Amino acid sequence: MIELYLFLVFMIIAAFVATEIKDLLAAVISLGAVGFSVAIMFILVQAPDLAIVQIVVEVVTIVIFVAVIFRTTHVDETIGKKLTSSHVLSIVLYAFFALIFFIAMVRALQELPAFGNATMKVASEYIRLGLPQTGGANLVADVILDFRALDTLGEATVLFTSVIGVIALMRSVGRKK
Amino acid sequence: MIIFLSCIILFLIGLYAIVTKRNLIKIVIGFAFIEYAINLLFALIGFRRGMLAPIITQVDMPHKFVDPIPQALVLTAIVIALGTTALMLSVVLRIYNRYKTFDIAEIRKLKG
Repeated sequence: MIELYLFLVFMIIAAFVATEIKDLLAAVISLGAVGFSVAIMFILVQAPDLAIVQIVVEVVTIVIFVAVIFRTTHVDETIGKKLTSSHVLSIVLYAFFALIFFIAMVRALQELPAFGNATMKVASEYIRLGLPQTGGANLVADVILDFRALDTLGEATVLFTSVIGVIALMRSVGRKK
Repeated sequence: MIIFLSCIILFLIGLYAIVTKRNLIKIVIGFAFIEYAINLLFALIGFRRGMLAPIITQVDMPHKFVDPIPQALVLTAIVIALGTTALMLSVVLRIYNRYKTFDIAEIRKLKG
């Protein structure tokens, strides 16, 4: 499983580049590098459904980002400016809370089963009943469309709400000038 | 354990972009990193070594699958992440059209 670690190191480097680079278009390209690494990692951990959805979503996300940057500017003027006192304060506060969060996550993740040994208490029932009760061979599709269909209904509601929000914000007809 | 903590480091880089960066596009990119980190953490927790993707190919065989429930939850979360990113970017575009800057310190100074 060494390739998982290599991809994670690559993702962390690309994420750091994306936050610190001056050109916003390059930052979006780094975001795409991270997103497609996530898709490859989904394939490596045996999640092909997630990999397909991640690739589609990543392409759409990058297209939206590039459309916004083309209509505005691609230079991040805030990089390289002198640090103001509020900026220094935000960095100090971030470092403090990041340390607390990291220690809390170390202690919380020790309670989980080790990597590669999921317990599957709930999932064993779904695996046993998936094919006889729903008739679907893909167990992920069985869970989202049958056992937990109300979750998927809520997801669709959130998605359509965000689409309505985007349409309301981007409309040009009827807007006061 | 180390592989889970690498996801947490990716989460913290996204949080760093949200909390300390002054450019609105960088803040939206930070939200995207947090979403990736959490999705990846869920998929990694459900992984079992040597097991197959949860798709039934032979009925009478014993099922040796990775956990399908985190995958189902993450499948929902990925699509919602796209919706929130699109909404945030449209708000950012509106802000830029009014103030002609992405710098949140400049935006705070001006009046609408």
